[in-house]
Amino acid sequence: MTSSVTSASTEYQNLTFSQVEVGQKLPVLDIDVSTELVVAGAMASRDYQDVHHNKAGAQALGQPDIFMNILTTNGLVGRYVTDWTGPKAVLKKVNIKLGTPNYPGEVMKLSGKVAEKTEKDGQSLVEIVIAGKNSMGNHVTGTVLVALPQ
Amino acid sequence: MSDQNNKELEALMAETVGIKVGPHRSWDAVNQPMIRHWAEAMGDKNPRYTDPEFASSTEEGSIIAPPTMLQAWTMRGASWKHAPGTQERTADQPYVLDILDEHGYIGVVAVNCDQEYFRNLVPGDDISHYMEIESISEQKQTGLGVGYFVTELWIFVDQNEEKVGEMRFRLLKFLPPKRAPKAAAKPAAEADSKPKKALRPRPGMNKDTRFFWQGLKEGKLLIQRCTSCKTLRHPPSPMCPSCRSLERDAVEASGKGVIHSYVNVHHPDLPAFDASPNPVALVELEEGTRLVAGLIGIEPEDVRIGLPVQAEITQCDDELALALFRPLSEKEQG
Repeated sequence: MTSSVTSASTEYQNLTFSQVEVGQKLPVLDIDVSTELVVAGAMASRDYQDVHHNKAGAQALGQPDIFMNILTTNGLVGRYVTDWTGPKAVLKKVNIKLGTPNYPGEVMKLSGKVAEKTEKDGQSLVEIVIAGKNSMGNHVTGTVLVALPQ
Repeated sequence: MSDQNNKELEALMAETVGIKVGPHRSWDAVNQPMIRHWAEAMGDKNPRYTDPEFASSTEEGSIIAPPTMLQAWTMRGASWKHAPGTQERTADQPYVLDILDEHGYIGVVAVNCDQEYFRNLVPGDDISHYMEIESISEQKQTGLGVGYFVTELWIFVDQNEEKVGEMRFRLLKFLPPKRAPKAAAKPAAEADSKPKKALRPRPGMNKDTRFFWQGLKEGKLLIQRCTSCKTLRHPPSPMCPSCRSLERDAVEASGKGVIHSYVNVHHPDLPAFDASPNPVALVELEEGTRLVAGLIGIEPEDVRIGLPVQAEITQCDDELALALFRPLSEKEQG
């Protein structure tokens, strides 16, 4: 039975270490890559490179449009994993490899699978292999290490 | 570029490895408004980041910053300056990326970003970072051009100089291949707000095979038949391999079959296919012919030779209909 906590009006799943199995898949999350998301992510991460907010600047460099910055990709990958685990999980590592750009109009399909479970130094760690695919291929692939409650 | 030039460049670059530059200070201590802006941008509803009431019950007893926000705290922002107190790079600490620029390796692309978090950050934490070049690869021939992979190690510390996180950032600096400057890419059509969807590859089609694809569009899986000796054959071809007759028609298959063989395609990982790896089978139809087709409704690791399957004629996009095969449940197998 999955325990849950209530905060304001929202319920959160809280996965425990024993509820997770190697091979288990995370629900797929579609991210609509909009101009607003690219710009909001760049500003929230204080990244003022013009390719992340100025279409003319991006086009001067041969890009068709602005594109998502790496910090936003990191943020979305972290969110994807903790959306699934619930707020009691603690992110330990986010390792990503970057691929195709996320331009406005793309849909990035995030998927993930539990690759490994280990107990180390009193921590119950779960490694999740993730991929975020858009219409041109994988925008991001990588692994996330997260500590779960027992 | 001659080997001699490479050696000189590589010697210059080697001197930059392991020199720690910093600290780079942050303009603001970890704070709730910046955390909220981040969570809002990412669509992250984790109450640990934004709900003080919920967060009071956690180990930290307060909200925390999203760990992936680590790098954001010491960013320079719109002023392009680090906060006061920053120890900037000095003249005798040359930056390897500048050296590569001076040698014509002006192309840059980020390849990997690996972050590790040693503790959760809470409001009031004052973050700085140090950066050093951890390693530089040998010269590599890449799809973008000849270049070097540079790995930067960023170390994040708090107000007590305690390490709170680490980041390895790997970039490729490359020599752009010589070619006419690319005209600015065509702007995407302004009205094109429809989400892009990758399409499956189009089948090769000719006079001999068109009936097969047309049949799928009409919801039928067809098998070519020799009208002289009644032998069925697939893939379609002009002449009967049994009696050499050129006369042929087609019959509709039941769609029932078994997996005769299969592969799980790992590479290339094509955007049009949701499954990765993508299971593809050679299906032996109950009529006796075999065809190559995608599998649906099964995990790649569960595919087995001999598994009974049933065709599902699937309209993949406006133009393409395919027969995909789904395993039959034990009940359906009867």
